[in-house]
Amino acid sequence: MVEIIRLEKIWKTYQRGRRQVNALGGVSLPIAAGSFWAVMGPSGSGKSTLLNLLGCLDRATSGCYLLNGVDVLRFSDEELSDLRLRHFGFIFQSFNLIPQLTVRENIDLPLYYSGGDAATTSARVASLAEAVGLAQQLEQRPAELSGGQQQRAAIARALANQPEILLADEPTGNLDSATSRQIMELLQRLNQRGKTIVLVTHDPQIAAYAHRRLFIRDGQIERIEGET
Amino acid sequence: MMRRPKIARSIHSGIRNLVLHRLRSLLTMLGMIFGVGSVVAMVSVGEGAGRQALEQIQMLGSNNIIVNSLQPIEEEAAGRSRSHMSLYGLTYADHRRITDTFAAIKRVVPVKLLRKEARFGEQTLEARVVGTTAEWFELVPRPLLGGRVLNERDQQRGASVVVLSETLARRLLALENPLGQMVKIGGSYFEVIGIIRSEAVQLGVMQTPDRQLDAYIPLNVVRERYGDIMVRRSAGSRVRERVELHQLIIQVDVIEQVESTASGLKEMLRRFHQAADYRIQVPLTLLRQAEATRRTFNVVLGAIAGISLLVGGIGIMNIMLANVTERTREIGIRRAIGAKRSQIMGQFLVETMVLSTTGGLLGILVGLAIPWLITRLTGLQTVVTPQSLVVSLGISMAVGLVFGLYPAHRAARLDPIEALRRE
Repeated sequence: MVEIIRLEKIWKTYQRGRRQVNALGGVSLPIAAGSFWAVMGPSGSGKSTLLNLLGCLDRATSGCYLLNGVDVLRFSDEELSDLRLRHFGFIFQSFNLIPQLTVRENIDLPLYYSGGDAATTSARVASLAEAVGLAQQLEQRPAELSGGQQQRAAIARALANQPEILLADEPTGNLDSATSRQIMELLQRLNQRGKTIVLVTHDPQIAAYAHRRLFIRDGQIERIEGET
Repeated sequence: MMRRPKIARSIHSGIRNLVLHRLRSLLTMLGMIFGVGSVVAMVSVGEGAGRQALEQIQMLGSNNIIVNSLQPIEEEAAGRSRSHMSLYGLTYADHRRITDTFAAIKRVVPVKLLRKEARFGEQTLEARVVGTTAEWFELVPRPLLGGRVLNERDQQRGASVVVLSETLARRLLALENPLGQMVKIGGSYFEVIGIIRSEAVQLGVMQTPDRQLDAYIPLNVVRERYGDIMVRRSAGSRVRERVELHQLIIQVDVIEQVESTASGLKEMLRRFHQAADYRIQVPLTLLRQAEATRRTFNVVLGAIAGISLLVGGIGIMNIMLANVTERTREIGIRRAIGAKRSQIMGQFLVETMVLSTTGGLLGILVGLAIPWLITRLTGLQTVVTPQSLVVSLGISMAVGLVFGLYPAHRAARLDPIEALRRE
């Protein structure tokens, strides 16, 4: 089993006024390639902080973060941006599509930043839209789509640069249960095709789709459930 | 391989933003529109005025020095008493001295001006008689409309011939063919030998023997017929004055010697004239002054342009800062996807430049419309130079770049997590 991510004694400290807040207090976690994790815990427990750290959106105060065996903690902002672009796909609770762009433009945004040529980009967007069932909606604006369609567009965007890891923060939080099931089945299929997925949720039914469940409380790992 | 240029997408995004907030964009661009518009308009008016002045000065000849007789102020006051006779101005002796003294002079053309009644049949007019030599027509070229101008032989044989200005000929002779007609001027008959075009030159300080109703007669003939004493009737009194020559036009061989000759001339005239009864004008000096004035004008213009563009730029910066705040979440999304700071920066810079350049283009339209209107309404000459348009457009883009830097920097510095959290 290949370890794609390894966290060792990760601390994340915020300065809130005079008070120091430990959002994460010494988290160590190995994440295997192709695994499917659900991170659970009460609000304020540090779930989102953990996800942001994993996705290189944020930098740990101390510890060690190995991505494919490389310590990325000292990477520059520019290098971290590049890691996000090539290795991670983000999926958010509120979809986070850019409202003034069409679905097509939203999906090809990562390809635009990685500098793909027009023909490849266009073909790639078409196949992504096909895969998430939005082939007919490419020229529409996000506001014209249903919540489920928007989330599928966001997933297509997250997949554009073929990242190894998908990070989802409450991806079904704004969706009804039928749509949530569709989205989770989509994520499940992606996991079966080899994507490593880490999702944050407080819904046990959603967490049930994952192979491993990580419970976090006050910035520390409480317990881990599921097969290894 | 067709690589999509990133800048094209940023420009597209800028245009989309501009169209999305039409009114806001227009209000934002107003500063640029009026700034660029007024610059283009002012440059065109300045350029037009400058060119007109240059043309007029050049018409006087940049190789020439013009000396005019001038009635001194004390003479003017004394002239009010009945028996007094004013005596002032350039003399035949001046003419001779100047011709003999200066080596750099090519020719000196004397001019004597008189007001005389011109009569043809029943028609009478007060004409201005210009007594001069054949060389006048070489120095002050006017298109010949018919016949010929005065020549050396007319002078030598003291011929009673006259060249009329177009306007005078038409007013006096109406539809008759003027050439060969006998016209009575101040009691003597003259044969009309040529017609030249009247060119009205309005030049404030400049006085040229070129009014509308001119009759050109050889100088020696004028002296012989009318003498040097003129009687002017004004306000019930008769003013007598004796002026030998009203003007000397001195042509210098080469332009480099114009100014030294002018100062020599000044020295000589001062020695022989007790009163300041003459005025020396050097078109070349006027030309230099006009150019200096234009340069000053350009500096003032540049300052005004700078201020208006500064104001325009601040307006744009203000709206772009608002834009960055409004689109914080979008910036967060782009950063999460993997956009680098420099890419966010570039995007907002290009968008600002789209705004400022569009404003500049609209400003150029305004700047083209204003001179057109000025010319139509006032008849003032205006000249829109292509350079002023290119420079304006360049400055508009530069304004976008400069005033876009800070908002773009703000956008690029946003913390992606904070930005994503913003609603």
